[in-house]
Amino acid sequence: MSERAPVRDWATDFDHRDPRWVENPYPIWDELRRSCPIAQTERFTGAYFPSRYADVKTIAYDTEHFSSRRIIVRETRPPLIPAPPITSDPPEHRAAKQVLLPAFTPEAIVRHEPRTRDICRALLARFADKDGCDAAVEYAQEIPVRVIAHMLGVPEQEGDRYRKWIHEILELGITDVAVALRASDEMNAYFAGHIAERRARPRDDLIDYLINVRVEGRALADEHINGTLRLLLIAGIDTTWSAIGSCLWHLASHGEDRRRLASEPGLMSSAVEEFLRAYSPVTMAREVVKETQVGGCTFTPGHMVLLSFPAANRDPAEFPDADQVVLDRTENRHAAFGLGIHRCIGSNLARMEIRVALDEWLKRIPEFRLDPQAPVTWSQGTVRGPRRLPLAFGAAAPS
Amino acid sequence: MAGQARLKVRVDRERCQGHARCFALAPELFELDELGNGRERGDGTVAPGLEGKAHLAQANCPELAVEVIEE
Repeated sequence: MSERAPVRDWATDFDHRDPRWVENPYPIWDELRRSCPIAQTERFTGAYFPSRYADVKTIAYDTEHFSSRRIIVRETRPPLIPAPPITSDPPEHRAAKQVLLPAFTPEAIVRHEPRTRDICRALLARFADKDGCDAAVEYAQEIPVRVIAHMLGVPEQEGDRYRKWIHEILELGITDVAVALRASDEMNAYFAGHIAERRARPRDDLIDYLINVRVEGRALADEHINGTLRLLLIAGIDTTWSAIGSCLWHLASHGEDRRRLASEPGLMSSAVEEFLRAYSPVTMAREVVKETQVGGCTFTPGHMVLLSFPAANRDPAEFPDADQVVLDRTENRHAAFGLGIHRCIGSNLARMEIRVALDEWLKRIPEFRLDPQAPVTWSQGTVRGPRRLPLAFGAAAPS
Repeated sequence: MAGQARLKVRVDRERCQGHARCFALAPELFELDELGNGRERGDGTVAPGLEGKAHLAQANCPELAVEVIEE
């Protein structure tokens, strides 16, 4: 990792790649909410960090002053890499999103549930009879990559290649923009091949759907299809992988919740929502394009905003006992999938994958805990989740 | 005043962004259109016994698009 000056003060010099933030950001955010709810930094050529739910919501709704054309805070401002609709602003956003929505409704997603269940069971069969596993590497990261590959109609076994691109774009690319641009070019070439192949031999998958769909009578340009495919692959993998990993991390370290969820399957859907709130994986970004005021702070054009749905979801002004995981929380307007027009298009897919992954895991491995011999490590940057999650199976030996 | 007030639910189509929480929590009261956006079933009348689900849907809509109206 490149050498970075340590953070002097979180309110005026924050760095979301600082090891303390990566390890456990929640106390930092709690302190900011109390002392300086919109933090700033000169790093990343100038960025803001709103920590309160209300401010995050205001900015997410305000597409006039806050553009989505750049959605990752990097050291420099690289050329724009369109991936519609996530990088689209009104008025273009609406059509780019609507074209995808029918493929991601709960009804469309439920068709992929049997395949998802098969994937989870096959992965569990590899390690369930051992003493333990790395649940991030051997389970969580393998599920979404296979499910999205299945939906796109690209080979499921190419997961390593996809994860490499994602790592380069979302993590390494924050400081080394050339790495992100190269990965983006490689993805472009990869999908161009798949698009050409579908034109010659149609198949019934999401790439085919994008080729055949019409917006006001017109087909999507290849560039648009390619951008959307890059988005679906990137957005559909390490996000859900992180969410599944965080759920298992929580259950491994909170025996009461684990036993309760294993014995009360009816709690699963509110529990998944609560995990999504408490351990939201995705932080988005916006670029300030017109000067404005939010929460008493002036936002200057050209600066970026780290739009932290995870921090919003820990705001006690919106969620009583915000730092507690309450499996049967009844009021939960969490923003894990964003707020406003950019609501995550894969939210129904992600929920299905998380629910199935936990359900299958708990059926097969109801008792597990963190392996005291090996550390958990967390991802750095835009998406938060465990990257190493060594678990030991079975009840702990009495001490 | 005879008995409880009758309830109706309504989804504000302008606010709805398709989180689909209302449909997940109260499918008896809400449905989704072909884009996955929520709307109330029929005229939104809440049948006796479903009042709790109506309020649950309201309490879980991130966009504050679900209204529960007393008639």
